Amino acid sequence: MYDSGKIIPGLIIFVLFVTFPVWYNHGDAGAVPKPEMPKNAKKCVLPVAQMRAEHMQLLLDWRDEVLRQGEWGFITIDGKPFQRSLQNACLKCHTSKKKFCDKCHIYAAVNPYCWDCHFARVKK
Amino acid sequence: MFEKALKGNNYYWIWLAFLGTFMAIGAFCYVRQYHYGLGLTGMSRDVSWGIYIAQFTYLVGVAAGGVMLVLPFYIHDYKVFGKITILGEFLAIAALLMCLTFIMVDLGQPLRVMNVILHPTPHSMLFWDMCVLNGYLFLNILCGWVILTAERKQVAPPKWIYPFVYLSIPFAISIHTVTAMLYCGLPGRHFWLSAIIAPRFLASAFAAGPALVVMAALVMKRVANFDPGKKAIDKVVTIIIYATLVNAFFVLLEFFVAFYSNIPGEKHALEYLYFGLVEHGHMYNNLVPFSWAFVVFCIVGVTLLSLPYTRHKNEFWLGAGCFSIFIALWFDKGVDFVLGGFVPSPLGAVVQYYPTLNEIMITIGVWSMGFFILTVLYKIALGVEREIEA
Amino acid sequence: MDKKRREFLKIAGISTLAGLGGTAVIDRLATGASPARARAAYEINSLSPAGQPKEKGPAKAAAKTSQRLGLVIDMRKFNANPGLAEKCIKTCDFLHNIPHFNNKKDEVKWVWLTGYENAFQEHSHYYRNETLEKNQVLLLCNQCDDPPCVRACPTKATFKAKNGIVAQDYHRCIGCRFCMAACPYGSRSFNWRDPRGGLDMKHINPEYPTRMRGVVEKCTMCVERVGIGKLPACVEATGDTKAMIFGDLNDANSEIRKFLKENYTIQRKPSLGTHPSVFYIV
Repeated sequence: MYDSGKIIPGLIIFVLFVTFPVWYNHGDAGAVPKPEMPKNAKKCVLPVAQMRAEHMQLLLDWRDEVLRQGEWGFITIDGKPFQRSLQNACLKCHTSKKKFCDKCHIYAAVNPYCWDCHFARVKK
Repeated sequence: MFEKALKGNNYYWIWLAFLGTFMAIGAFCYVRQYHYGLGLTGMSRDVSWGIYIAQFTYLVGVAAGGVMLVLPFYIHDYKVFGKITILGEFLAIAALLMCLTFIMVDLGQPLRVMNVILHPTPHSMLFWDMCVLNGYLFLNILCGWVILTAERKQVAPPKWIYPFVYLSIPFAISIHTVTAMLYCGLPGRHFWLSAIIAPRFLASAFAAGPALVVMAALVMKRVANFDPGKKAIDKVVTIIIYATLVNAFFVLLEFFVAFYSNIPGEKHALEYLYFGLVEHGHMYNNLVPFSWAFVVFCIVGVTLLSLPYTRHKNEFWLGAGCFSIFIALWFDKGVDFVLGGFVPSPLGAVVQYYPTLNEIMITIGVWSMGFFILTVLYKIALGVEREIEA
Repeated sequence: MDKKRREFLKIAGISTLAGLGGTAVIDRLATGASPARARAAYEINSLSPAGQPKEKGPAKAAAKTSQRLGLVIDMRKFNANPGLAEKCIKTCDFLHNIPHFNNKKDEVKWVWLTGYENAFQEHSHYYRNETLEKNQVLLLCNQCDDPPCVRACPTKATFKAKNGIVAQDYHRCIGCRFCMAACPYGSRSFNWRDPRGGLDMKHINPEYPTRMRGVVEKCTMCVERVGIGKLPACVEATGDTKAMIFGDLNDANSEIRKFLKENYTIQRKPSLGTHPSVFYIV
């Protein structure tokens, strides 16, 4: 190989650089977040595993069905009627964005743009 | 062929560094705007488009104008234009990239721009504008590059490129027609609601684009020993004069329709642009200097280009004439046309728009980017030319 | 250009085109499939108001809708009840978390008051009677039946809902402001800066989102309230003064149609062919 004296150290530096987060944290991904579950509700729209994996898709579907297709009908969860809405359904039970939503979002380093407009009620 | 752009004398590098500085300042100002929002501009609820969209409109014209150098060569086999055809094509590339950048800096949510493709909407003229602008950009990159490569190898361009070259001609017309349709199809904006907007745009485009090419050619003649040929320049200048006159004719027609019909809505914008509009005892006339500068520079430009002495004997005056036309049409389309359309507002209010410093620096930054690209592209074209001669 | 490179470019070009086309097909399939998957998991009760049309399919630019919700604004009643218009505006501002900045440049407004000569430019301004001279007119989005803003929008972020309301999808808006140039009524506002800077976040309506900077907004005739069988907020605020009458213009037996039959009403800029769904008595 030509220029191996430059290429090999270059490759090593590159690999070290892209794996920086791993070795900086000693290979430890940190404690798995434990979002606080609502106390006064047992059931969610979908089973837990499905919610965990697909809640964003569900919200996007709700958005399109309600706003764009004009299906404003309610859904029933645990016997109570709810609008299909982030602010008026999800956040009614999961009252604290900080203790629920943010827990995993921060851990996974995602910053959903939902919160640019939607907000959890500010406690007075 | 890019390596041709990497070898140049000191002037070349100083020029690029000069442009690069303004690009950097523009980028910095854009980061500020991105984080705060478009509130950093002078735009408001009543004047909701400002100099960004005005520059976009003007530069679509400059891009479309390049076709005036392509069409005679390919359709009429006018061999004299052989050396400058590539300049027209490369000008179109630089101008289109400026256009697209101006659209991007004007968007409130630039990261969502792909929504235009994700949710295609054929009843929106902006959708079609996106299609034709990107199509024309693609065609010019393709044709310019393939033909220049063939030239470098001193062989005839491949046959398959010709359909694309011919296609680029109606595309040039379409980019400015569709851009005109952004404006002239909107109900309730009298100044824009006119069927001659598209032809007027094309007329000013066929003057502004070639004028820039002539200026560039004159500069390159001095600094890089590039000679497009006296006959070619002379013919381009003739095109510029006629196109400028046709544009002036269309403007006068707008005046006739508005003032002879005496319909207030038709008159308001023209009054605001050329004489100032009085509303509740207050005079609004911040665009009047630009409008009259358009008139004056048009007359000066056409005169300089028409008089035999200034046209043939003295290259300085020839360049000055082209510059006058270029800047005159900028006053007309890069300032007046878009801003004037918003006055008065749909509710009859007169709101004046003043760009902010941040906005102006972004605008200068994008222009610098355009000239940077243009310089690099012309440098490549010249490098190939030089190689063949050697 | 040598032969191999040319061949490569040919193939690359063709496969790129195929790729672009292919993703569009996949997108179409994906969007078609996902709501069905999610919807299977929960059931929607029809708590929505009776008469909500059930047909499916994307709404076209200005397709005729089976419902066409509209308003009559009776300025005589507003003039007789000073402060009523302000009450409507206040209610709307609170319910929709509309920001207030202390400068005209950043202004956002859905419902507002303006002079007669500004609202009705096509009507005579000479020797106006005292009522018109003295009083202002309540303005809001006209909810046109042929809305120019919907025609202009390049992403369908603004669209005509099934009930005829011209709605706005803030999630999709790219902030090009073409709709603002297209609207002949000046009904649209842009978020020039973060709207939360103009709101007291402790005293806002928790049931409605704010907006983000860089999107266009406007009066949506309370599409979110009408959808669940409530009246638009401004109509509700007028109480039983009958200053505003809300209903379906396509229903010949509705209160609004009866009112229109019995009274002379005018519309803003009818000559533009936008067919506003808001009627005025001035």
